[in-house]
Amino acid sequence: MSANGWLQFFVYSIVLLLTVKPVGLYLARVLEGKRTWLDPVLGPVERLIYKLSGVNAEHEMHWRQYAYAVLGFSAVSMVITYAIERLQAALPVWNPQKLSAVGPDLAWNTAASFTTNTNWQSYTPETTMSYLTQMAALATHNFFSGAVGIVVAVALVRGIQRTSSKTIGNFWVDTTRALLYVLLPACVIYALLLVTQGVPQNLAKYTAAHTLEQSSQAQANQTQTIAQGPVASQEAIKMLGTNGGGFFNANSAHPYENPTPFTNFLQMLSIFIIPAGLTYALGRMTGSQGHGWAVFAAMFVLFAAGFTTLYWAESQPHPLLHGASQTTVASGETGNYEGKEVRFGISQSSLFAEITTAASCGAVNSVHDSYTPLGGMVVLTNILLGEVIFGGVGSGLYGMLIFVVLAVFIAGLMVGRTPEYLGKKIDAYDVKMSMLYVLIFPLIILTLTAVFVLSPTIGLPALTNNGPHGLSEILYAFTSATGNNGSAFAGLSANTWWYNVALGWAMLAGRFLMLIPVLALAGNMAQKKSVPPSPGTFPVNGWLFTVLLVGVVLILGALTFFPALSLGPILEHLLLHAGQTF
Amino acid sequence: MHTASTLPQTTSAVATTSAPVHKHSVWGTAVRFTLIVTVLFGLGYPLAITLAAHVLFQHQAEGSLILKNGQVVGSELLAQSFTSDKYFHPRPSAAGNGYDATSSGGSNLAQSNTKLIQRIQGDIDKLSKESGGKPVPIDLVTTSGSGLDPDITPDAAYFQAARVAKARGVNAEQIRTLIGQHITGRQFGLLGEPRVNVLLLNLDLDRISGK
Amino acid sequence: MIEKKNLWNSKIAAAALLDSVKKLDPRKMIKNPVMFVVEVGSVLTTLLLIDNTVHHRAGFGFNLQITLWLWFTVVFANFAEAMAEGRGKAQADTLRKARGETIAQRYAASGELEEVASSALRAGNVIYIPAGQYIAGDGEVIEGVASVDESAITGESAPVIREAGGDRSAVTGGTKVLSDWIKVKITSNPGETFLDRMIALVEGASRQKTPNEIALSILLSGLTIVFLLAVVTLQPFAIYSKAPQTVFVLVSLLVCLIPTTIGGLLSAIGIAGMDRLVQYNVLAMSGRAVEAAGDVNTLLLDKTGTITLGNRQAVEFMPAPSISAERMADAAQLASLSDETPEGRSIVVLAKTQYNLRGRDLGSIHAEFVPFTAQTRMSGVNIPGTRIRKGSVDAITRFLEEQGSSLPQKVRESVEEIARAGGTPLVVAENATALGVIYLKDIVKGGLKERLARLRAMGIRTIMITGDNPLTAAVIAREAGVDDFLAEAKPKDKMDLIKREQGRGKLVAMTGDGTNDAPALAQADVGVAMNSGTQAAKEAGNMVDLDSNPTKLIEIVEIGKQLLMTRGALTTFSIANDVAKYFAIIPAMFAGVFPVLNALNIMYLRSPQSAILSAVIFNAIIIIALIPLALKGVKYEPKPADVLLRRNLLIYGVGGMVVPFIGIKAIDMALAFLHLA
Repeated sequence: MSANGWLQFFVYSIVLLLTVKPVGLYLARVLEGKRTWLDPVLGPVERLIYKLSGVNAEHEMHWRQYAYAVLGFSAVSMVITYAIERLQAALPVWNPQKLSAVGPDLAWNTAASFTTNTNWQSYTPETTMSYLTQMAALATHNFFSGAVGIVVAVALVRGIQRTSSKTIGNFWVDTTRALLYVLLPACVIYALLLVTQGVPQNLAKYTAAHTLEQSSQAQANQTQTIAQGPVASQEAIKMLGTNGGGFFNANSAHPYENPTPFTNFLQMLSIFIIPAGLTYALGRMTGSQGHGWAVFAAMFVLFAAGFTTLYWAESQPHPLLHGASQTTVASGETGNYEGKEVRFGISQSSLFAEITTAASCGAVNSVHDSYTPLGGMVVLTNILLGEVIFGGVGSGLYGMLIFVVLAVFIAGLMVGRTPEYLGKKIDAYDVKMSMLYVLIFPLIILTLTAVFVLSPTIGLPALTNNGPHGLSEILYAFTSATGNNGSAFAGLSANTWWYNVALGWAMLAGRFLMLIPVLALAGNMAQKKSVPPSPGTFPVNGWLFTVLLVGVVLILGALTFFPALSLGPILEHLLLHAGQTF
Repeated sequence: MHTASTLPQTTSAVATTSAPVHKHSVWGTAVRFTLIVTVLFGLGYPLAITLAAHVLFQHQAEGSLILKNGQVVGSELLAQSFTSDKYFHPRPSAAGNGYDATSSGGSNLAQSNTKLIQRIQGDIDKLSKESGGKPVPIDLVTTSGSGLDPDITPDAAYFQAARVAKARGVNAEQIRTLIGQHITGRQFGLLGEPRVNVLLLNLDLDRISGK
Repeated sequence: MIEKKNLWNSKIAAAALLDSVKKLDPRKMIKNPVMFVVEVGSVLTTLLLIDNTVHHRAGFGFNLQITLWLWFTVVFANFAEAMAEGRGKAQADTLRKARGETIAQRYAASGELEEVASSALRAGNVIYIPAGQYIAGDGEVIEGVASVDESAITGESAPVIREAGGDRSAVTGGTKVLSDWIKVKITSNPGETFLDRMIALVEGASRQKTPNEIALSILLSGLTIVFLLAVVTLQPFAIYSKAPQTVFVLVSLLVCLIPTTIGGLLSAIGIAGMDRLVQYNVLAMSGRAVEAAGDVNTLLLDKTGTITLGNRQAVEFMPAPSISAERMADAAQLASLSDETPEGRSIVVLAKTQYNLRGRDLGSIHAEFVPFTAQTRMSGVNIPGTRIRKGSVDAITRFLEEQGSSLPQKVRESVEEIARAGGTPLVVAENATALGVIYLKDIVKGGLKERLARLRAMGIRTIMITGDNPLTAAVIAREAGVDDFLAEAKPKDKMDLIKREQGRGKLVAMTGDGTNDAPALAQADVGVAMNSGTQAAKEAGNMVDLDSNPTKLIEIVEIGKQLLMTRGALTTFSIANDVAKYFAIIPAMFAGVFPVLNALNIMYLRSPQSAILSAVIFNAIIIIALIPLALKGVKYEPKPADVLLRRNLLIYGVGGMVVPFIGIKAIDMALAFLHLA
């Protein structure tokens, strides 16, 4: 660890904090249907979309209609993605490398992956996906799934905000506005900013470079083939929509995706910027700014704690290596450099890993599989806690609000009242939906992991690493899929029929089975009356609530997964320090 | 589009009476809507960015390629293989068979993996022996995340200075000066770590001391 | 007030112990999913134990202990419930004695009296009860006045008056007529009487889960499923790690993790809450009502009887100019001697205490009492040659004007002064001379202000309902410390107020006794009817206060809150406990294969067996240890929510994490001492 490493963390935190209010205000304006300064340009486009797709923008939806619309949109776009992948060889444009059609199980897995905002990649993009597929099938989903996350969160916030209402908004309008007024303008600027730093944006054939050493030694025909493509435009939405699906296999570790420390900083900021801003929008829309900040604080505390542990763990020397400068070097910090890029060092790699797993982004700028056991445990735990430490765009907020409902319910009884959340009494239905949300997550992760670790034919052959780390690899895969994160302990060779299919279902279940209870909760909240606050009202702002919320998230997450973690990373750490390797 | 009056009130209502009308409507809208936004965001947006990038920042948009004698020798952003003693070596690469820019990636070996420990320890021992027992900078024996990391730490560059000087028969101090000129500091004095771009350093090396 | 029973009454405990074994019936257990899972686990380990014994497998001692403690866990939880029920049953037995078969004298169709058993009475029958007999069923007095001993249900030994018509017409079966006689029309069939319902309620027989309890059960069931998943999938992970576990250990882990503490005590808390109300002589018709009491936002309090003593008292004589105070007091006393209203008596008392005037024998001075009538709106006394009157300003002014006189300006000013101060002026006149004004004042009950302040601290708004004019109402409101008042209130206004408050999402509580209160009692979320009130009021409310003390609404609210707090506190405690149990069990499970995992054994438990056993034992006995808390409820203080939350989170959240570390370590040491593991 170094002073400069910590300084980078503080600067990042301050910059993030400064964005919260303006971004939150803007998000609230857009999603409450108010005018923004982009209206003169985008207003006509918005109305044209409604007209062409036959949307009545005035129509308000019951939560079930809203859910149907979410599912309808996701299903149709998933089918289109699948079709483009399967047909890419036959499609006439933007396939300069003449890549062949994607196989059915991989195409299914990838379509599920991008539809669910997971962006788990069982494939090597450079040799699998044509430029057309990357642009029209994958990057589009980065927009769509991000927008869906945002609008579902907003629908829940509306449910909390409205009283005696049967409806929670119009999905098509919400999605259109999130796409047009939030994601599109931000991505245009962001993409061009990335290009200035060196992120390519072209549709050219892969470059054949005659490398220096070989050309000088006249070893003919020795070239380095350099993959190209429309990287910047995809990179922007990949981060901003917390998708994380890399244009290249190495993702944000690849110098073309993330060429400088500044792009790295931008990428980290763009992961958190919308999820953090949404906490302010929550406060704004519910009229309880203090609550918005309390939720933000809970997320931030978990984030800071995770980073501290991770940065410390990655700065430790490997206990079994000797003869290398693992602890101090003159020009910078050092520690576990396996799988990390020099330009980012330990601090920006740790910070990126913390952010990308805390949010359900899943982009990586270093190899999580090669992290120290405890470092790997931190990133795994971030996902296991339910992707609520800022979390995915929208999904982080609605996931955290589920924990808020549970925290209010458990602790709210202790003030001697039927628990109330911002004036809404929490009834059995709310608890049922929240528990359903909480249950589905470990159900999928633990069951599938259990099945695959027991199977010597379909589960274990995919492992690169053995011993406790092998358990971690499989656990990480299903956790990442169900949590819609998309990052991996990538040693797992998951591009097999069984893994592709199982992970595909895990991603769909982790997204849609969890999103429906959220909308049901929104619907139930919306139709309730609101009790005005009094000194007897359970406080959902202030430090006490923040502490409570952090406690509930940690306890629910830790209690569920502690046994698995103890046989995975904890055991690996203890054994490694006792000198046992695998 | 249905109106509020057809809005399903109960689960059974959804399942029976209003279902057909309702679903037709959602699917129709979903298909039209998805097609429109796919064209807009899947083609309109990236193509517009491509156009703008080429007009404004052509060098970067094409991959920051380096030309020498009219030939592309690589990208300043990507590592390429150097094995000769006369050149500075980049970090080991796990991309494909090494420095494969169509198959980027790391080793994915766990800290507790015996293979990883043996590989790194082997490299340490080899380099340590060559350099007379000096501690080996850790980045020089670990694979990067991308396998295409163009940089090494200044320590790793200085560590190789003596070997390169000897191979080229030039003054080691001259090499060290060159390294000093090639150190890129933290961006804005804050971000990232100080580093040396191996390809650019080697190109300069060729310029000052021939081949 | 029914005497508070000793918590560990040995008779109740013995009966409860038997009951807790009977409750092992799986058909009963399944109603409590958390404990049902424990029971299934216990059965599983028992079967395996038998199997292991038959096959002479190792580890019998440990497995036996685990199995026994698992069964104890279930039995302890059942014991908690049985204890709570037992306390109610003891009370029910007393009540049942009162209900015992009696002979009733029923009017036959012919109009003749016939003797029938009380169980033969049906709603609509009319019975005759003379002095000395028990009333055979619930009903309404339709004729007569009698003093009735209701101590069997209220515990109050002083007899009460029951009479036909008005608001004191309801009688309860099992009470005894002491003097006179009454004719009663029976209003309920056997088995449905008030006493029957009361017995059913205190026994917990008719107990249904309250909305909040249902929500909590869902949470607990959900957590149970989560932990079931965690434990079931742990075995595959253990197999992968080449450290598979025995079923005994896995079941132990499961039982320690699922929320058995709250799961085992949940129904006991609910029953005890009802029981606490009964101890305050309040009968709740449903658990839902008790819960709603904790949620009340607005309390409607009738001024008369609740806030004030119910009667105005004379506090000052304000004589007219040129009239001496003694003369006025003398006349006022004379006019009041035969006035049996509390106001009248207070005038006599004031005259006596201030001017040392003694009461006189009205007969000896040939005085003739003139009672108050709705027409004259004054009362007084006629002594030959002298007519003394006291009454409202309007009435006395008329009285004076009839005699060609008028009310002096100074007297009029006194009247206004009193009205402004919130009092009631009573003008006294002798023939054509106005003597002065008596200041009648509402007396706020002692200590009420402090109690209302407690309510405010809980975030509850109090609204005083009064028929007084706004001026008077405002003064009393200020004096009593209520937040708001509704003056010149008619029954309909009360109803409108409740609806308005409910429209804003608030829960409203009120008390009432009259028939005209019934609609409002029904509309209110918590409607407490006075036992002395009409049958209609009692039917409309969801609680009945046997003491007929309207201020008890405050205690009811506190009991409701305490009930919810106890549930929340034990839930938090139960979940927080798990942290320590993990640190006990997980290293113990795997330390055999991976000794390095002993790094997690931060309690330094002696051996893996001892660690697991200690956790299981702690998990079982914590249920027993917390029974008193579940039955008594957590300490309640009227504080704002954030203060309560901070305190309870510290005690039950942080405490819940720390206590098991200490407890498990202590048990581990004890086991070592006893050579049990």
